[in-house]
Amino acid sequence: MTALLSISDLSVRYRRDGVEVAALKGISLDVEAGERLAIIGESGSGKSTLALAIAGLLAGSAKVEGRIDWTTPKSGSSHSFAPPSVLPEISPTRGEIGSSVAGSPLATLAIGESGRDSSISLQVGEMSGRTEGGATERDPAATGANLAPVLGRDIGFVFQDPSSSLDPVMPVGKQIAEVARTHLDLTWPQAFARAATLLDRVRLPDPGTTLRAYPHQLSGGQKQRVAIAAAIAAGPMLLIADEATSALDSIVQAEIVALIRRLVTEDGMTLIFISHDIALAATLADRIAVLRHGELVELGETDQILNAPRHAYTRSLLDAHLGLDAEPVLDRQGASA
Amino acid sequence: MTVLAVSNLAKRYRRGGKAFAAVDDVSFEIGPAETLALAGPSGSGKSTIARLVLRLIEPDAGRVAFEGADFLALSGAALRARRARLQMVFQDPLAAFNPRATVAGVLGDPLRIHGIAPRAERPRRIAALLERVGLDAGLAVRAIHEISGGQRQRVAIARAIATRPSLIVLDEAVSALDVSVRGQILELLLDLQRQERIAYLFISHDLGVIRAVAHRVIILDAGRIAESGDARAVIANPRSAIGKALVAATPRLTRNRP
Repeated sequence: MTALLSISDLSVRYRRDGVEVAALKGISLDVEAGERLAIIGESGSGKSTLALAIAGLLAGSAKVEGRIDWTTPKSGSSHSFAPPSVLPEISPTRGEIGSSVAGSPLATLAIGESGRDSSISLQVGEMSGRTEGGATERDPAATGANLAPVLGRDIGFVFQDPSSSLDPVMPVGKQIAEVARTHLDLTWPQAFARAATLLDRVRLPDPGTTLRAYPHQLSGGQKQRVAIAAAIAAGPMLLIADEATSALDSIVQAEIVALIRRLVTEDGMTLIFISHDIALAATLADRIAVLRHGELVELGETDQILNAPRHAYTRSLLDAHLGLDAEPVLDRQGASA
Repeated sequence: MTVLAVSNLAKRYRRGGKAFAAVDDVSFEIGPAETLALAGPSGSGKSTIARLVLRLIEPDAGRVAFEGADFLALSGAALRARRARLQMVFQDPLAAFNPRATVAGVLGDPLRIHGIAPRAERPRRIAALLERVGLDAGLAVRAIHEISGGQRQRVAIARAIATRPSLIVLDEAVSALDVSVRGQILELLLDLQRQERIAYLFISHDLGVIRAVAHRVIILDAGRIAESGDARAVIANPRSAIGKALVAATPRLTRNRP
């Protein structure tokens, strides 16, 4: 495997209530092309900050050190990521995201070229062999001269709460079509046709009707399916799901996880799955990264993390999980009615 | 003796011009020091039942007997007095409390409202309540928004036990907590149950948590009881379609244990 992106010594600090908070402290981590990587941690661990940093969505006030280098399969060379410069390309409905990041000091990430060119030819072959609806389908003209990853085109992002990530006054079909039109250089009719196909791919019933539905007419699980359809509309190489199933009940959560697994496999996407739930992450991930208080505590193959965790904190997370085979707390206390 | 007896409870709502049953013919009982869990997918009626039992909303039909009295017939002073015995803890204590209130203010209110402790005695009672839920008495002067989520949920539990209730409705009370904190809060709840013989109506979407702490479980589907019984027996061998689906959807942590 080759690295799709390489995070080196990444630190992020925010000011909150006048106090500076270190959200990430010197994170170094490679994300392999085509892998499913889970990033887990409790509240305040920095897992969402890491996801936002990778997507170039950090708030403009965040202080960022370190770098994120990308190996983009099309170009055959490594490129550093310059998130602020690409933000104007995201869809007009997401203007509030663009403006909040405008002028971000993240440009400090875009220093220098990485020297990973030796691995590139292998990567190109791998990606073109695996990708059908993804990167290879893109019109090179739409990619343009900017070879750094573009949010929406190269990176799809699914948030926890689809009610706040979808526009409440725009039909969902248009929200999906807009992504395809913006990044794939399609006409509106072509983009709507693609949106209908995508609604079918995320298993929403009656795509023709659903295209014209507004978010409030859909259930939480259906809205998250729409958000996933929009996230993959331009055939991104990387899908980031940040607690994307945490607000859903367990049955819908299992369905959405199955959907993400299928789409990632079919399109040959790389997946970064952010979760507080180690058991859920383990059902999906090839590797698991454990974060705590902004530090990378442990990174390993899922099997190793579950069965031979090296760090005491990972063990404590595993022990705190209350599964259907765990010893009931009732018994541990010897209590009974 | 039962603490709570609910019979043939029903509540209908209208949505988009169509009437639907949020709760439909639900009956159950809870005994002293017993934990009865309500499980089910979103929209199955779990929280509506909690709100009906607490009389935050009124049912269309059915009876709620609490400590032997017809709870739905109570009003005014008699209802307020009885409510001291029936407390609640919700998922998000930041939303349940005035965030700018102090911990002492939050715990002092029920002591004052229910005439449990005169003003001069309240600081001592507040310190004792904090200690009972494993918090430092010095936390009393802090604002609700300043303390951590786990501390806040302990304060919510301290407030609930301040009036010496026989039943506490716990609506997703541990769902928003980090797993390391969740275990401690569950241990605290079980310890309080043992010491004070408090019954819990424990509402959760998480079968793993229910299996760990509940004696019995009711699985709800579209407002109706799909099945009920001993919590571990039901979860080990669900018979209803919805019970099977819930168990199947719970992520398994497959570890090769020694």
